[in-house]
Amino acid sequence: MREFIKGLWREHPVFRQLLGMCPTLAVTTSALNGISMGLSVVFVLFFSSLVVSLIKNLVPTQVRIAVYTVIIATFVTIVDIFLQAVFPDISMALGPFIPLIIVNCIILGRCEAFVSKHSLSASLKDALGMGIGFTWGLFLLGSIRELFGEGTILGFKILSSNYNPLIVMILPAGAFIVLGFLVAIMNSLEK
Amino acid sequence: MKEVVKITGILTSTCIICAFLLSFVSGIAIEKIEMNKQKRVEDAITNLAPYAKKIEEVKLNNEIIYNLFNNKNKIVGYAFVAEGQGYQGKIKILSVIDVSLKKLEGIEIVESVETPGLGAKIKGALFKNKFKNLNISKTIECLKDDPTKDNQIKSITGATVSSRAVTNILNKKIDIIVNLVNKK
Repeated sequence: MREFIKGLWREHPVFRQLLGMCPTLAVTTSALNGISMGLSVVFVLFFSSLVVSLIKNLVPTQVRIAVYTVIIATFVTIVDIFLQAVFPDISMALGPFIPLIIVNCIILGRCEAFVSKHSLSASLKDALGMGIGFTWGLFLLGSIRELFGEGTILGFKILSSNYNPLIVMILPAGAFIVLGFLVAIMNSLEK
Repeated sequence: MKEVVKITGILTSTCIICAFLLSFVSGIAIEKIEMNKQKRVEDAITNLAPYAKKIEEVKLNNEIIYNLFNNKNKIVGYAFVAEGQGYQGKIKILSVIDVSLKKLEGIEIVESVETPGLGAKIKGALFKNKFKNLNISKTIECLKDDPTKDNQIKSITGATVSSRAVTNILNKKIDIIVNLVNKK
């Protein structure tokens, strides 16, 4: 259980480890984009951890990163094809950031730092914890940016139409500002 | 030597297994993806031109043009897909022009990878509606201020490049299509 919980808070991939910053900053322009990206990462992380854990003793250490990357790329491409076929709208909204999950350092990082040294069940719990932690982080960031930038959350109107949207929140600068505040809050809560 | 063979073997077999898995998944999905694309084009046409009761695809000089017919089987407009470079990647626009070739009935962004929240707003109704009834006997102009003529539109704040890309792509293609249809 400890392996699962730690990714949700104490070792949160975004707010504590500051990993996977590229998708975190880039796709969180709305809450829905954040969730979709988060869930895609959960899928890739879970299955990559599963496969890597099963074959880790077969792979020579010199080429392990190359093998892990191919495995991760395979699952990312599956997600990409799945979204294009079943959720074409989400696929269009996330655009190039789905293929970019391949180089998301959370996934390679977990495979290398955790899965290769732990048992299968611990690895799967770790993957789910980290993935869900990543998802709620992106959802929170996306919600805050969407709320102040568009006055909505998940497309529902929250702020009155008199509210003048802060365009900066949707721009890249807004991502850095909100992330900075959230990391600061996380830090002070942990003290 | 043994080491090299082992490493090469592992890498090769990993790639082969992954490639098989991917071609399997893509084989299942490809039909659905193509259908989604086709449906997006058809939906976009009927959205822009609800009066089009029949859509006929024709090829003129390697350009695909959709002839739109009303319920009396008379041509009432033409639709076509224009493609070009946007801010981050390809933008694919479907547009409908009226039968006199002077007026743009509207546009639909079929495919784009513009910045979410900024350039991606070219997909929003607010931007697309600006192209309704635009005069295309002259080149479409993209302004930063409010338009004063019927061949001008206002660009999206913070996404001038994407807005300009859309008008440039349209201008180029409209020229080609109008010439082709006139020659026909």
